[in-house]
Amino acid sequence: MRGLALIVLVATLLTPAAAIAVQPDEILKDAALEARARNLSRELRCMVCQNQSIDDSDAPLARDLRLLVRQRLESGDSDRQVLDFLVARYGEFVLLRPPLEWHTLLLWGLPPATLLIGIGAVLLLARRRTQPALASLSADEQRRLSALVGPDAPER
Amino acid sequence: MIPELGHYALVLALALGMIQSVAPVIGARYRDAAMMRLASSTALMQFVFVALSFMALTVCYVTSDFSVVNVFENSHSTMPLVYKFTSVWGNHEGSMLLWVLILALFGALVAAFGGNLPATLKAHVLAVQSWIACAFYLFVLLTSNPFARLPQAPFEGRDLNPILQDFGLAVHPPLLYLGYVGFSIAFSFAIAALIEGRIDAAWARWVRPWTLAAWMCLTLGIAMGSYWAYYELGWGGFWFWDPVENASLMPWLAGTALLHSAVVMEKRNALKIWTLLLAILAFSLSLIGTFLVRSGVLTSVHTFASDPTRGVFILMILVLFIGGGLMLFAWRAPLLKQGGLFAPISREGALVFNNLFLTTACLTVFVGTLYPLALEAVTDEKISVGAPFFNLTFAPLFIPLLFAMPFGPLLAWKRGDLLGAAQRLMAAFAVGIVTVAATFIAKGGVGILPAFGIGLAFFVMVGALVDLAERTGAFRMPFAIVRGRAAGLPRSAWGTAIAHFGMAVTLLGIVCVTSWASERIVALKPSQHVSLAGYDLTFDGLVQRAGPNFRETVAKFTVRRGGVTVGEMEPSKRTFATRTMTTTEAALLTRGFSQLYLSLGDANQDGSIAVRLYHKPQVLLTWLGAVVMTFGGLLSLSDRRLRIGAPKPAAKTALQAAE
Repeated sequence: MRGLALIVLVATLLTPAAAIAVQPDEILKDAALEARARNLSRELRCMVCQNQSIDDSDAPLARDLRLLVRQRLESGDSDRQVLDFLVARYGEFVLLRPPLEWHTLLLWGLPPATLLIGIGAVLLLARRRTQPALASLSADEQRRLSALVGPDAPER
Repeated sequence: MIPELGHYALVLALALGMIQSVAPVIGARYRDAAMMRLASSTALMQFVFVALSFMALTVCYVTSDFSVVNVFENSHSTMPLVYKFTSVWGNHEGSMLLWVLILALFGALVAAFGGNLPATLKAHVLAVQSWIACAFYLFVLLTSNPFARLPQAPFEGRDLNPILQDFGLAVHPPLLYLGYVGFSIAFSFAIAALIEGRIDAAWARWVRPWTLAAWMCLTLGIAMGSYWAYYELGWGGFWFWDPVENASLMPWLAGTALLHSAVVMEKRNALKIWTLLLAILAFSLSLIGTFLVRSGVLTSVHTFASDPTRGVFILMILVLFIGGGLMLFAWRAPLLKQGGLFAPISREGALVFNNLFLTTACLTVFVGTLYPLALEAVTDEKISVGAPFFNLTFAPLFIPLLFAMPFGPLLAWKRGDLLGAAQRLMAAFAVGIVTVAATFIAKGGVGILPAFGIGLAFFVMVGALVDLAERTGAFRMPFAIVRGRAAGLPRSAWGTAIAHFGMAVTLLGIVCVTSWASERIVALKPSQHVSLAGYDLTFDGLVQRAGPNFRETVAKFTVRRGGVTVGEMEPSKRTFATRTMTTTEAALLTRGFSQLYLSLGDANQDGSIAVRLYHKPQVLLTWLGAVVMTFGGLLSLSDRRLRIGAPKPAAKTALQAAE
């Protein structure tokens, strides 16, 4: 249902839909600074939208945030400082990649944990299931085998 | 009259579904052949009635019968005819009707083509299929009736959302639903096997074609949706890790894992329990996807709570089928006999590796999508999980998977020779390494990661070709023998190689476009230029045009490269009067696999207009890869072995055993 529902949601939230998120007048003169601003914009959520970064969104709030990010960068903030500033102001909700903390432990931890447990389980099962196949014949079975194969067969 | 007939046909389908839910189970219990055969008849008639119901709604749309609420809210008399057809499913009620139509279609297909199934298995499968169908008929009839009438018919409808007035709506939802709902067959087969307490390699052979067909539709459906969003939404992205997208990606990942584990089960009679679990999970994830999209829970946990009728209903269906399925699994699965031993380094081992990484990837998407909802519900704390999270967690899972992909088909069953496989992949390694170096140098020595991505894609592509070369003896044997072997090679072997090749093509597209796309955002006045990636665009001016149900402002651009005109681009903004909505129609210029992408922004006071121009290198490969994958699936599906109902001559069996 991706496109359909996505498009419906976007359409209902952003009427009237205009295409361009980043406006020409927002772009900084300094190319390096602008590149940093764009990278930061992709990490930040437009809080009135459905799962859109401020880089993608054309909502007025997203524009305000983009301008704010550029303002902070121009005044000499590091990327980290800009993010911290926005989190202090809007809460963690603004980050599209939540930091690793107690309440996000499961979010970050579950996938690698599953992979490790999965690998462990597969190895364990493989070991347990190949062992009976490798076990040699018991003395009794060896005797019966010899009897079947015939007296010529060399006894081990 | 017609809407009432449609409504009544759906009620009749429900009645038939209820009979089909019970009779075959009793028949199977008491070995009553007549009771069991009843299921086939009811399944076919269910489809006929749901199809009638669907046709009734379509007639309402095509004739613009605005006395029907659904038509009034989503149609308009001036809308082009094709959109009157597609708007049938461009809304909640209609799309649920499409969902049950496809569900009934699959039930009817099993009834019609399942002639070679054991009678009790077929009876159970159709009964389970009918349980699902009944739940969704009730959902449509009780909470989402598409045939509800207005007491007084308005003169004109409210029009379909303009963004949906696109060819994408004609293709994307039906394909996606064929995929989603197609997994219901695998689910029904799994539940039937658990009820019977018996499962064998033949079961896998019956399930695989259905799973494969569903997987192909889902692959195309996701790719189509992605391309649609790319050109329609106007900011040039093709995958946003939106929960709605994730809802379709999760069944795809589980379904891909299921396809691979079913191979092991069919060939080696191993991984039975795991395959059953995957069959249950793949459809469960489809149901969860439907719940996420249809309940409104995504907007916020709180909006869900404020109008919960539909959401709670789907949630109940969800709990019933997923919970019930998993409980049955926990109870009955230990009774199934395991079989087929294998060493860790073997074809089976490689497929287990595949399953491990695919299911972990699926879980990552699952956790990332649902964690914010769960956290908000439990602690009222709001966090966002978006693209940066998924990109970071998904790539480390897919890179080993892709790297291992060429090895799998080269390993023997039971006990494989990893070193031997690596040796046979020397050509692929060589091409991969040369590609990394060449890419790195060509791009001026910046960005080693994209270079590795390109190298990996080429490694997988050549690896797929090596697999075919090994099987046909190409480069080693005389041409006549190679041709004979190629003709004799099972279609499923071709399918595997082509599908793997397609995956690499997609990877190539994704790496190119995410690493080297460039963009310019500028405000232009008529006759001004903008240059990007060697192309020069001249803005020739604005033109006003009228469409059937909209007015558009078209910006005309001439595209030149090295002074030579290579094309024209006409991005536009359309204004739809009925909904007073504006949409942006991006203009695309395709050059090879790359595209120039141009979309319009707002007009300024000084007569200039904002434009956003992208160069998307090799972007078409992203979706072309999905088409190649689907083609691989199609070849595999046409394999004699999997063809439904095809008898298997004894001579052929002997030949295959000798291979």
